[in-house]
Amino acid sequence: MKRLPDWADVVLVPLISVVLAFVISALVILAIGENPVEALQIMLTGALGSAYGWGYTLYYATNFMFTGLAVAVAFHASQFNIGGEGQATLGGLGVAVVCLAFDWPHWTLALAAATVGAAVFGAAWAAVPAWLQAKRGSHIVITTIMFNFIGASLLNYLLVNVMRPVGSMDPATARFPAGAKLPTLFDMTSALGMPLFKSTPVNVTLFIALAACVAVWLLIWRTRLGYMIRAFGRSEPAAVYAGISPVKITMYALLISGALAGMMAINATMGEQKRLILNAVEGAGFIGIAVALMGRSHPFGVFLAALLFGFLFQGGAELALWTTIPRELITVIQALVILFTGALDNMVRMPLERLFLALRRPDGEARR
Amino acid sequence: MAQRLQTERQATAAPAIELRGISKAFGPVQANRDISIRVEKGTIHGIIGENGAGKSTLMSILYGFYKADRGEILIDGRATQIPDSQAAIRAGIGMVFQHFKLVQNFTVLENVILGAEDGALLTPSLAKARKVLGELAEEYELDVDPDAMIEELSVGHQQRVEILKALYRHADILILDEPTGVLTPAEADHLFRILKNLKEQGKTIILITHKLREIMEITDTVSVMRRGEMTATVMTADTNPEQLAELMVGRKVLLNVPKGPAHPGQTVLEIDNLRVTDEDGVERLKGISLKIHAGEILGIAGVAGNGQSELLAVLGGIARGTGSVRLNGKELDLTGNHSDGQSRRANSIAHVPEDRQHLGMIMDFTAWENVAFGYHHDPAYQKNGLLMDNDAILADTAGKMERFDVRPPIPTLAAKSFSGGNQQKIILAREIERNPDLLLVGQPTRGVDIGAIEFIHKRIVELRDAGKAVLLVSVELDEIMSLSDRIAVMFDGRIMGERLPEKTDERELGLLMAGVSGAAA
Repeated sequence: MKRLPDWADVVLVPLISVVLAFVISALVILAIGENPVEALQIMLTGALGSAYGWGYTLYYATNFMFTGLAVAVAFHASQFNIGGEGQATLGGLGVAVVCLAFDWPHWTLALAAATVGAAVFGAAWAAVPAWLQAKRGSHIVITTIMFNFIGASLLNYLLVNVMRPVGSMDPATARFPAGAKLPTLFDMTSALGMPLFKSTPVNVTLFIALAACVAVWLLIWRTRLGYMIRAFGRSEPAAVYAGISPVKITMYALLISGALAGMMAINATMGEQKRLILNAVEGAGFIGIAVALMGRSHPFGVFLAALLFGFLFQGGAELALWTTIPRELITVIQALVILFTGALDNMVRMPLERLFLALRRPDGEARR
Repeated sequence: MAQRLQTERQATAAPAIELRGISKAFGPVQANRDISIRVEKGTIHGIIGENGAGKSTLMSILYGFYKADRGEILIDGRATQIPDSQAAIRAGIGMVFQHFKLVQNFTVLENVILGAEDGALLTPSLAKARKVLGELAEEYELDVDPDAMIEELSVGHQQRVEILKALYRHADILILDEPTGVLTPAEADHLFRILKNLKEQGKTIILITHKLREIMEITDTVSVMRRGEMTATVMTADTNPEQLAELMVGRKVLLNVPKGPAHPGQTVLEIDNLRVTDEDGVERLKGISLKIHAGEILGIAGVAGNGQSELLAVLGGIARGTGSVRLNGKELDLTGNHSDGQSRRANSIAHVPEDRQHLGMIMDFTAWENVAFGYHHDPAYQKNGLLMDNDAILADTAGKMERFDVRPPIPTLAAKSFSGGNQQKIILAREIERNPDLLLVGQPTRGVDIGAIEFIHKRIVELRDAGKAVLLVSVELDEIMSLSDRIAVMFDGRIMGERLPEKTDERELGLLMAGVSGAAA
């Protein structure tokens, strides 16, 4: 018998967790002598109160959708890919290589090629830890986190020594050619005659992220590969009984995961920065873990959780701008959300299960 | 109808245990409902019932693991509160669990005093225990080397240690939960002798089991549970297995599926010198040779852990091995790329694994997802080359559930929501309806209700009658005897011998299972 109805599992539990995280955050804000109600107001108006705020919120959410999906796909194979950061870094390299290779005639061509570049580079960066896990049993958590450091160092080296334009003091590549400029949502809405999201970085990549959500849903629940990934993730011995190769499935799942993480760079590197810089990922790889946890590894959940974290990111920036609350506090709030939705999930779930059980018992008796 | 043993029977003394109106609910599930029972002093009282009938819950209440919602417990006629297992022990109740609770790297003596030490220093306790154990061994045929490590003891001896632990704590009432599940027939016989001895010395014994034969053999009184209720308590001498089965299930049950003589055809499976070495480098199969013909059920008897699992695993493509296995004359790959579950299915081998919850199904998957399990490459389950045709699988599942009488017949229900018997029916439907040349089937009725056992046995015999080969592995000798056309006995990775069921008996098979070769034919 199900302990909780679906809606409670998917909506109520995360919602209560978030509320708890906010309550504790409010106490922290009180403790440093600021007004939590005012802080929440600033976050809400700053992130959601205007088209400008929404523009940034959606831009961040786009990043988190990619990295969240990446972690979610790996979760379905029972693999904990915490290398999204490194895979997205390398995805940026892929984007830069593609964008700088030609004087692209049209952005659609550049976008298609850059998507492939980002995915291939991201997947390639996941391939080594994946292979070590599948063949050698080296733990994926250890290897992917090491690859995050290697990726950062590699990019550092390449930007300083190889890709930096002659004469520049900045560890970054040259600006991408005009043909590789992605239309922002402002460009697109302006073309339709009702301009929105002025001077915000949200761009056409948002639609790729949404398409990726749908594609991941199809992959996991409608394809044979997804079926095998889920079966393997639930029970490896059973998968072997059914003739599903653990090595192959581990590789496929982690390569897809790496590709998704890499695709985050389309939004950040190609859409926003328009050149490859150091630390273009800004921790989105790690936020992806929280997004996937909170979204219960379901693409729709990932979409909602990405929006929440986009809101936290943008709201936090506003908070730092208008109050003496330091930006780090937002990191605290994020950490609390992660703590409550991930680690302390059972703290909310168990009492709720008991509550539902208690509510159900009387009519259970009555039926007899 | 059952001749009910009611309380009008004049008991000379107060009963050892009397339960009055015990009820216990877990959420909406009523595990025990208004149960009353009297267990007379110095008797062996059997409790039988299907899985989930509430036997274990009732005993857990008696042993202080659960608290009853309503009802009272009387020990020797006195109302007694049993809030925890310590209280149960003080009240003179000892429990021998199905899964032993022993420290593997302690000696027998250390295990016996564990939790019952007399003081901070162990030496006096150990000396006392050694003396007591000696007396107990004498009195009840409970001899175990007190200085042996538990891990060195056979399962039968480990069980004796559990009984000794209870007696050392002055238990007058012993509860044994499915005690013979892990024993060879000889060990089981010895256990029964011990129990009869204990009874003669005035101890009271409650035996929980689903084996009707044991109930008939050793108990004085038997209570039958069904769906949380006590449906009957009868004198064992006044009843018979058929009647008990009917009381358990609520309808007439065939204990032995009628089957006609086998008509073996050509050889389907030919195994020659098959060897399997496990991950730790231990050789589990030490050169097995067997033949199975079309239209024949070959039963593999043996105590669990003597290589039967490895035999199924290597034939099912789960484990690697060496030697030669030919199916319809074609050599099977045992070590290469084609030694996996998919290749075996392509070769028309279907496999109902021993451990259905960890191998045969994904418990979190729905029934329909489990019906596609292992056959997810079947073109009938795909559409337009890219996606799986979930509707087709759902329709197929609905048909299988109807034909195999799976209850409830809801394809979208998670596998873990079905009872063991219905889970097994889903797996059998999936494997048998593939119409395989060879069916591997391990412990087909483990943890399965009596009603479902009858159904499952019928289906296996039907497959045989359709001219297919069946390899049956079971630790239940009754099952092996009643289903097999030929019996091979395994011990320590070897075949000890082959027998025909009509020309052998449990005693002979039991000796072979214990590794005694050259048993009189």
